[in-house]
Amino acid sequence: MQALTPAELASEGTGPAIELEAIDKSFGSVHAVRGVSMRIDRGSVVGIVGENGAGKSTLMSILYGLYRADAGEILVGGKPVQMDSPRDAIARGIGMVHQHFMLIDSFTVLENLVLGAEGGPLLAGGMAAARAELERLGREYGLTVDPDVLVADLSVGEQQRVEILKVLFRGARILILDEPSAVLTPQETDRLFRILGTLKEHGVTVVLITHKLREIMAVTDSVYVMRRGEVVARRDTRDTGLEELAELMVGRKVRLRFDKAAPHPGEVMLRAEHLSLVDHRGVHLLDDVGLEVRAGEIVGIAGVSGNGQTELLQILSGIRPPSGGRLEVCGRAIDAAHPGDPAEMRALGIAHVPEDRLRQGMVAAFAASETAILGYHGEAPFSRNHLLDNPAVGAHCAELMQRFDVRPREPDLRSSSFSGGNQQKLVLAREMAHAPRVMLVGQPTRGVDIGAIEFIHRELVKSRDAGCAVLVVSVELDEILSLADRILVMFAGRIVGEVGAAEADERGIGLMMAGAQPVPAGAA
Amino acid sequence: MDDPASLVFLMFAATLRVATPLVFCAMGGLFSEKSGIIDVGLEGKMLVAAFFAAATASTTGSPWAGVAAGVAAAEVLALLHGFACITHRGNQVVSGVALNILAAGLTVVLGNAWFAQGGQTPPLTSGERLMPLFFPRAGDSILVYAGLLSVPLTWWVVGRTRFGLRLRAVGEMPLAVDAAGISVAWLRYRAVLLCGLLAGLAGSYLSVAQGAGFSRDMTAGQGFIALAAIIFGKWRPFPAFGACLMFGLLDAVAIRLQGLKVPGIGEVPVQLIQALPYLLTMFLLAGFIGRAVAPKAVGVPYEKER
Amino acid sequence: MSVPRRSLPARTLPLWADVVLLPLVNIALAFVVVGIIVEIIGVDPFHALKLLVVGAVGSPESIGYTLYYATNFIFTGLAVAVAFHAGLFNIGGEGQAYIGGLGCGLAVLAFDRFLPAWLLIPIAIAAAALFGAAWAAVPAWLQAWRGSHIVITTIMFNFVASALMVYLMVNVLIAPGSMTPQSRTFGPAAELPALTGSALNLSLALALGCCVGVWVFLWHTSWGYALRTMGHNPAASIYAGTNLRRMTMLAMCLSGALAGFVGVNELLGVQHRLLLDFQAGYGFAGIAVALMGRNHPLGVALAALLFGALQQGGAELSFDVPGITREMVVVIQGLVILFSGALEHLPRPWLQALLARRP
Repeated sequence: MQALTPAELASEGTGPAIELEAIDKSFGSVHAVRGVSMRIDRGSVVGIVGENGAGKSTLMSILYGLYRADAGEILVGGKPVQMDSPRDAIARGIGMVHQHFMLIDSFTVLENLVLGAEGGPLLAGGMAAARAELERLGREYGLTVDPDVLVADLSVGEQQRVEILKVLFRGARILILDEPSAVLTPQETDRLFRILGTLKEHGVTVVLITHKLREIMAVTDSVYVMRRGEVVARRDTRDTGLEELAELMVGRKVRLRFDKAAPHPGEVMLRAEHLSLVDHRGVHLLDDVGLEVRAGEIVGIAGVSGNGQTELLQILSGIRPPSGGRLEVCGRAIDAAHPGDPAEMRALGIAHVPEDRLRQGMVAAFAASETAILGYHGEAPFSRNHLLDNPAVGAHCAELMQRFDVRPREPDLRSSSFSGGNQQKLVLAREMAHAPRVMLVGQPTRGVDIGAIEFIHRELVKSRDAGCAVLVVSVELDEILSLADRILVMFAGRIVGEVGAAEADERGIGLMMAGAQPVPAGAA
Repeated sequence: MDDPASLVFLMFAATLRVATPLVFCAMGGLFSEKSGIIDVGLEGKMLVAAFFAAATASTTGSPWAGVAAGVAAAEVLALLHGFACITHRGNQVVSGVALNILAAGLTVVLGNAWFAQGGQTPPLTSGERLMPLFFPRAGDSILVYAGLLSVPLTWWVVGRTRFGLRLRAVGEMPLAVDAAGISVAWLRYRAVLLCGLLAGLAGSYLSVAQGAGFSRDMTAGQGFIALAAIIFGKWRPFPAFGACLMFGLLDAVAIRLQGLKVPGIGEVPVQLIQALPYLLTMFLLAGFIGRAVAPKAVGVPYEKER
Repeated sequence: MSVPRRSLPARTLPLWADVVLLPLVNIALAFVVVGIIVEIIGVDPFHALKLLVVGAVGSPESIGYTLYYATNFIFTGLAVAVAFHAGLFNIGGEGQAYIGGLGCGLAVLAFDRFLPAWLLIPIAIAAAALFGAAWAAVPAWLQAWRGSHIVITTIMFNFVASALMVYLMVNVLIAPGSMTPQSRTFGPAAELPALTGSALNLSLALALGCCVGVWVFLWHTSWGYALRTMGHNPAASIYAGTNLRRMTMLAMCLSGALAGFVGVNELLGVQHRLLLDFQAGYGFAGIAVALMGRNHPLGVALAALLFGALQQGGAELSFDVPGITREMVVVIQGLVILFSGALEHLPRPWLQALLARRP
């Protein structure tokens, strides 16, 4: 498989490179893509924007043959095609750079490059040819990487270049990039965009999936906006702007306003100063985060997911120690040298509703009554001298189910047998049952049906009114707007803005969430 | 004949003789583990191969028919392992343990039913065995040379061929292999079958070359020593070969040292030397001597969402 | 290399089918293959089955032996099950049973001359538990603090245990003047009272006590709760504030102690001396027992009963039929592990289709 020369690429003319017709895909009960149609012109850079979970990545995985669509048709170069595996996609000149790189750390760049396109049963010949080809691609597109270095030793930006080279090496004329800048520094991102520009000049079609609007404005010719599995708009990039896209992406949903008394903030229960978190690769997940939550107020953290909210919750709940900075909760000081642990934090009166209930907040195989004491299983009345009082555990669960209207009211039923909304109510009920002084709530209504959403919101406000300091993290801007007394916006591991509930406006916050707006003066 | 030079030569020969089944087995296990399939069932494969090789050699009179039967028997277990672990995504350790136990029982049951000698096969005559080629006292049967050859061959296949590249890739990141449009299952099946072939040769060697017939449990943990050698060699053919030689030497020395007093230390317990391969491997695994990093995806069934 | 968990395709079968029907079908499949092997040997499988059943439960004596074997299987089955619940795969039951027996024997050899039975036997039992736990603690520590994989380290430790025992029996503990590597005979104070005229002894009561104890521990204590949480969902366990390292140590030590009790049944109950290979095969069979018993003490007890009956019936069978040896039992164990462990989900689609067809 040889890459086409630029001349060959350019000679293919314009017209649609890919057409998608009414693509539909469900995973179990989740309807991820709903009747999506798109037209991607040859030699153009097309953006697909949308929040996480909008269906962008699923759609592209279908195009690349990783998933099979339930319904709909894919046309490549005007001809309907069947994409059963990535092999089909590769054969039709479609290549994909995944958000999570498909690179093997212990392989050299060259080995990664030829995997699946070795050019014969023996490596020697194919490797030599690949080396020459790599040099040519590097020259033409400005994509230079040392072929003999282990991928593990490359920076993230270089790894991404290897991914792009892999795709070009296989002769792709259509390049799909899934959130390419998610892991890059701003400098690396600029370099990537220059590369994309060069590719376009050489006639390569680029599909760019992102939730960062500035990137769309910077490099694309046209853009599709997706929301909840559907395409809600198509725009030529030159005819649109950040504000319109932000509005389209976040959506103007009916705001669930409900009567909420004014807050009466008391003393500071939770204070974070200059928190930072650096992972093993040296990536800054959190950077100089400072915040305060007072008794009797709800502070909402808005942001597109993956901007550090998860890590912030982990640190606040004691699951992970911070790399730097300081945290003070209910009088206990925590820093890198004095880490807390979840049991201790719970004892201090901090309740935590985790973002991902199935993965963290409950044990799917346990009975509901067992899930209802997770984290409190060593405390009276559930356990005395380490002996569990199962009748008391069951009665406690029954009471929680009654109070929070969890259905079905069967404490003995497996936790996984409940619907998402009922699971969430159960977890919430568990955490509220102990009259916490601070509540950390991640994605309070993810996967929860409308009826339960309102209920959960009311309960959170009740907690606040009872004097609890509540911190809500949500990717649903509506939710933040309707719940929070104060709103902090997170982007790229930093708090980029703070807005009072009264002066909050969707568009402004949306822009901050998209990293499109510089930090407003006077913000945190 | 017992001058120092010939003593060294005999010691070397003894080491090689003992190491040969370990080498075959380690190379086989290496293919399997490189592809991401743990094989704690090397022992069982070797055992059935030893039994069927001896049984067939004794019945047909041909050592080569014996080797073929031994390899075929090991391949049946290898296929069962693949069927359970690749096709049905069963637990690889459970499957390996099951096949070991099955092999331990089946060889004795069948041996007793067919030969009525308490689970042994009849002793093989020299015509039914693979005899030494050049040095009668060294026991250098053709399989010893084949074992030696299997190391560079494994190195070459794993490091220098398309199959080897994909094999290494699938053990590290099956998703990347799938995304490149290559079948994960077929790659792993081929690896498991290669493992069966080599473990089959190891077992056949035990009963028709090194020994003269099958006796119950004759592998005596060598499959696990081979596994230790793979870990010790950090999943690379030549270092694993070195570990096999070292373990073989320990074994050869242990036999010589039996009852001997070493000046200054006293009598060295043979059992300590026998346990050394396991102890050393545990030290290695604990990170006290370097770090042994297994293929990343080893033991994890590959599931594809559609 | 995780512990087998029936998570993915589960819940498509009703609970009763998952817990009762599926294991039975798996065992039935194993027995079909056994039947084929018996047929190949030239024995009528149904005749063999009849002999096996009669041999296992045909007389009070044979029932006694069945229960005696079952006692060992309960110990090793529980050992594997407790580790499974913690998400750990302990295949070192063999070595832990061996070293547990060593502890038991050492305690008796040290004290049987001057301690009365009511004091000596509890000490010996405690020593068995302690030594078994200690032998499991090393791989547990290596996994919890050094990241070594517990499957590999427990395998290695089986061999180390074996080498250690051979050394001790041959060089240290061998009775003066003895030709075989055995210790001197234990004093009468160390004898566990035998029940019926067979090898069955009071250890069965200990085994049943362990079943109840494990059941109470796993489902009626906060430790058991934390242990099961770790096994099912480590992330939730961290969220709940459990120290995973300490929990790993606890689970493995318990597991090792349970395996160590095999020494009590064998040495105090039957052999009355320390010797080689008294534990042979029970540790590995424990995996089959636990898998078949669905890691529940009641299931383990029932599976152990089946395995005990197979062991005893198989022994009788090999007396009666010249073509069949005791190792037939080992074959059956291997097949049961294969079908109820690695190929667990094989019959699932058939059962689903079958059950779906009914109204």
